[in-house]
Amino acid sequence: MDSLIVQALNGLASASSLFLVAAGLTVIFGVSRIVNFAHGSLYMLGAYLGWTLTSHGPLAELGGFFGFWGGVLLAALATGLIGAAIEFLLLRRIYRAPELFQLLATFAVVLVVQDIALLIWGPQDLLGPRAPLLRGATEILGLRFPRYELFLICVGPVMLGLLWLLFHRTRFGILLRAATQDREMVAALGVDQRRLFTSVFALGSALAGLAGALQLPREAVNLHMDMAVIVEAFVIVVIGGLGSLGGAFLAALLIGELHAFGILVFPRITLVLAFLVMAAVLVLRPHGLLGRKPSGLLPAAVPSPPLPRAPRWLVQAGAVALVLLVVLPPFLGDYALSVMADMAMMVLFAASLHLIMGPGGMASFGHAAYFGAGAYGAALLAKHFAAPMEVGLVFAPFAAGIVGLVFGWFCVRLSGVYSAMLTLAFAQIAWSTAFQWVEVTGGDNGILGVWPSEWARGKLVFWYLALALCGLGVVLLRRLLYAPFGMALRAQRDSPLRAEAIGIDTLRVRWVGFAIAAAAAGMAGALFAYGKGSVFPSFLGIPRSVDALVMVLLGGVQTVLGPLLGAVAYSGLQEQLVRISDLWRLVLGVAILALVLFFPGGLAGALRRREDDRA
Amino acid sequence: MTTPVLEANGLRKSWGGVAAVDGVSLAVQAGEMLALIGPNGAGKSTCFNMLNGQIRPEAGSVHLLGRNITGLAPRIVWRLGVGRTFQVTATFASMTVLDNVRMALLSHHRRLFGLWRPAAAQFVAEAAAALARVGLAEQAGRPCGVLAYGDLKRLELAIALANEPRLLLMDEPTAGMAPAERAGLMALTARIARDAGIAVLFTEHDMDVVFGHADRILVLDRGKLIAGGTPEQVRADARVRDVYLGQSGVH
Repeated sequence: MDSLIVQALNGLASASSLFLVAAGLTVIFGVSRIVNFAHGSLYMLGAYLGWTLTSHGPLAELGGFFGFWGGVLLAALATGLIGAAIEFLLLRRIYRAPELFQLLATFAVVLVVQDIALLIWGPQDLLGPRAPLLRGATEILGLRFPRYELFLICVGPVMLGLLWLLFHRTRFGILLRAATQDREMVAALGVDQRRLFTSVFALGSALAGLAGALQLPREAVNLHMDMAVIVEAFVIVVIGGLGSLGGAFLAALLIGELHAFGILVFPRITLVLAFLVMAAVLVLRPHGLLGRKPSGLLPAAVPSPPLPRAPRWLVQAGAVALVLLVVLPPFLGDYALSVMADMAMMVLFAASLHLIMGPGGMASFGHAAYFGAGAYGAALLAKHFAAPMEVGLVFAPFAAGIVGLVFGWFCVRLSGVYSAMLTLAFAQIAWSTAFQWVEVTGGDNGILGVWPSEWARGKLVFWYLALALCGLGVVLLRRLLYAPFGMALRAQRDSPLRAEAIGIDTLRVRWVGFAIAAAAAGMAGALFAYGKGSVFPSFLGIPRSVDALVMVLLGGVQTVLGPLLGAVAYSGLQEQLVRISDLWRLVLGVAILALVLFFPGGLAGALRRREDDRA
Repeated sequence: MTTPVLEANGLRKSWGGVAAVDGVSLAVQAGEMLALIGPNGAGKSTCFNMLNGQIRPEAGSVHLLGRNITGLAPRIVWRLGVGRTFQVTATFASMTVLDNVRMALLSHHRRLFGLWRPAAAQFVAEAAAALARVGLAEQAGRPCGVLAYGDLKRLELAIALANEPRLLLMDEPTAGMAPAERAGLMALTARIARDAGIAVLFTEHDMDVVFGHADRILVLDRGKLIAGGTPEQVRADARVRDVYLGQSGVH
């Protein structure tokens, strides 16, 4: 009983922090329609800035009450300014770009901030000072409870109240609410949107910074805070309903308590719990607890031209490239061969995601689930049944396809951001399964000894195997694009109304498309597993899903060639950067930002534009 | 008397407590052009959307050739032989004009899940013929996104006719078209309907179109049918003049 009360209070304290982060995210989304991946980075910056301000410089010397709280508030303000600067310098230039591009841009900010934080504060965990007046514990019902936690419990409702006042009692707040409901109308009424957007970014970022700084007395500041919190915040915002503050508060309470009690009741599946709840909420209430049906959201409804027939020069270039890929490798070293094999797998992985994002018009933030399903499918067969590679490679696409059928059944029923978030949730469930079901999957240690058959052990032979299978996969996917099924996919994306009116079962078309993409990703994953000789939970992790997303967006969503170029460019760049520089994230982030700003149509789009200019 | 192609009985649907359509019954015979008219907000579109399954009626039934299709999904209603055009054209913007029609043919012949054979090689002649029928043969290779609005309306007609429907539902077929084009489109529709024995039910605001092309007219006001008959009868009806023609004062 006692421990239950303590856990409940713990849950409330976490809920407060989560609410602050989620409130910023949901307010920004409501007004600007931007899914801000960098929100977690702002939270982390808030924590680091808070640490610096409270342990170095004049405020730290001042110490005591004003030293600490002044530092925390200043950190929040500084984070707000940084957020405003990001909006002003970056996002403002790409509001007209497809929404997925804005997502890509905010992801680039995540990469940049990670390395900047590493440069300034170093890799070690930093312990902040204790909060003055709130050290020690208080007795409640005979139980000792940390005062700081009690304070945090109050912060959530107080902030909700302040935000409510801001939104209902000030002109600024009323404008924000109006913009959340109907942004075009607000613009038509003569409100300066740009100032509104910058200020809402400042507000949301300041909330994230405050949440980060308030974590100082609770936990050490580290470089993993950004990803950890952004995923939780997404879950909360989606459960609560995008753009709804009250919903975010309810959802934060729900998730906070779920974590607190989940550890007691289901210690084995703690990581999955939040995502299971989110999946359940979305299935029952597709727009979240308090959300409304959103208008004009993802997927990037880019008006796209009819699929082009490949121009002659491109066919010739492709043929030359293929010949080179077959003829040159015997003269290359092992390292080059394995890098190229990895690239081939990434090309297939990206092409599979492209199928559902481009022609399918759905966004998947969790495509790594199927890549990982293929990899684990093959590895589990090898580990438990000593199956040879040939069997694994045949089995993997089926395993991933079946996972795709199960997850996809839910995902294709939702639209826009909600669907994308559900794909993320399922990917996290898959990741947690791999991570926590130690007996079967080996947990964090992964599964080792997933080696190719004897004949394919040589790097050269394995390269040809990868080229053949990935090439086959890409050709099949491309073939499918021009076949009736590819047309049906585009038909349901272009006009669901018309599609249903001519007998197309849009849900089923999306579902089958999802499963096919999953199977192709599974093939790439299985090859990857044999190439590395092992599988790890990171194969299903968010970073890998993001890789796929970046590759597709980099290449250009509405082109056939896009995923191919994007995958080669991105994985090549990453590979080289990791080799030559410790700051590869920074360079990669800046490179992505440059691409987003200067080539909004992706690499293939830029190519095609040049072609048009010449014509 | 033969079984009507479409027969609706006592259709009702309310939005937020206000009855948009209240007890509407109608029947359309093969080869007949039936116009459903009424002032804005009379319930025409709601009525239409119940006929092809876009909206489920609260009460009443819809029969197609004697078969009860009440509450069936639009895509199933289509398979039973109901083509539909929309008030605001709904076409596949990322496809060529020909591909738009081909899509309907692929669906009709249940080839949607073909993964291998390129769509471009399938139903070429049929799709071209369907375009020729509405006078769009020359535009076949153009992206649908660049068509003039009048041509989009024709394209919708070609799509709706692609599966040889028994009934054609046209929601404001000439809305947004230049006046000169309107008569042409309706004359074309009437000719095709008569030749193929297709029943046509359409709503329309342009009274020249209605009185020039409809065989029969039903007048809807505030969710209820208030008059019906030949164009002459409707023109002479005092109530119609009162609620409709009197208001606009043009016709």
